[in-house]
Amino acid sequence: MNAAQTVFILLRRELMLAMRRRGDVLTVLFFFVIVASLFPLGVGPDPKLLRLMGGGVVWVAALLAAMLSLGRMFAGDYADGTLEQLVLTPTPPVVWITGKILAHWLVSGVPLILMAPVLGVQFGLSGDALAVLVFSLLLGTPVLSLIGAIGAALTLGLRGGGVLVSLLVLPLYIPVLIFGAGAVDGAMSELGSEAHLSLLGGILILAFMLTPWAVSAALRISIE
Amino acid sequence: MLEGKDLACVRGERALFSHLNFTLHGGELLLVQGANGSGKTSLLRMVCGLLAPEFGEILWQGEKIAAVRESYHAGMAYFGHAPAVKEDLSAFENLDFSCRLAGIPVDHEEVKGALGHLGLGHCLNLPAKSLSQGQRRRVALSRLLLVKARLWILDEPLTALDQAALQLVQSLIGEHLRRGGMALLTTHQPVMIPGITPKILDLSA
Repeated sequence: MNAAQTVFILLRRELMLAMRRRGDVLTVLFFFVIVASLFPLGVGPDPKLLRLMGGGVVWVAALLAAMLSLGRMFAGDYADGTLEQLVLTPTPPVVWITGKILAHWLVSGVPLILMAPVLGVQFGLSGDALAVLVFSLLLGTPVLSLIGAIGAALTLGLRGGGVLVSLLVLPLYIPVLIFGAGAVDGAMSELGSEAHLSLLGGILILAFMLTPWAVSAALRISIE
Repeated sequence: MLEGKDLACVRGERALFSHLNFTLHGGELLLVQGANGSGKTSLLRMVCGLLAPEFGEILWQGEKIAAVRESYHAGMAYFGHAPAVKEDLSAFENLDFSCRLAGIPVDHEEVKGALGHLGLGHCLNLPAKSLSQGQRRRVALSRLLLVKARLWILDEPLTALDQAALQLVQSLIGEHLRRGGMALLTTHQPVMIPGITPKILDLSA
């Protein structure tokens, strides 16, 4: 059986599970909306200030929301023995790990991307800036899932893993945040956002190639 | 042929066993015995390749299992403490997905047949969270019927099962051995399989 088929079957299973636990997906989405909506309340309703901060605030909120769902990436499979069975399939671990990460992005990253323009409008972002915001999230959120998977795999089965995962993963998210929010800034200041977006794309390709191997090694340690 | 050579296992600071040797040929049953905490589960996980032995090696058809990982895992089925059953999926979906993910193409009739054989014919489409512990273990055991593995590694397969299921599982193991399969088993219950004298590996000794 080839790798694409395995990934496809795994995706179907993960999406089916997500559909049956819609609460988990909605919690992350509402968290994203609430965090972003707290800022205007905190800093005051000055439209110029809000427009300036909008891109960064949405990005920080997306970062936190993506992290909220990391704990679930492998924990369920670990607890009920499914992870052991996956390790024992003839398929190379990297293949199904890529499938798991892709599923995580579809379930917790894509809803954020779809919701982001609504929040952007709330901050008064222009049309151009909104388009760049969505595009930067499209490039950036998969990186959050990829890097987050390493943290999730390393803290599997540990007490207080949830807090530990944030300490491990948040520093690694910094480049994504800088280039993601920078792209939106660039779109508003007529500096252009191509450079930031290219760098984000580069990070995505690098993360996509390397992180599954790191996750595979981390899972092997956690399962022992 | 499965071979364990001079195996040692250390968990934390404690040596569970050392200098452990065994061989298992087609048609043989190896019964791993020992008190709680003597390392039965660790040994089975080691044989699966989930746990690296502190010392010694495990050979499958004469080769180290790590070197022939793909063919070894294709020829092996592991039944662990956790039944690997997803609560939000039905019994049917659970078995269907676990076979497909293991690379075994199955059709609807085969999956239904396997679940029916284990007495789950009436609750195929119930979510697994509404099944009892014993029924969930039956779902997990039904995998053995479809994966066509030569080596079965079963960790306490008889717990939480009723009398009828106990008989059924033992007869499944018997059939598997008669077809030339191998089985590695831990249990605290007496195993009675007609025509088969199990090899005993006692970890407490």
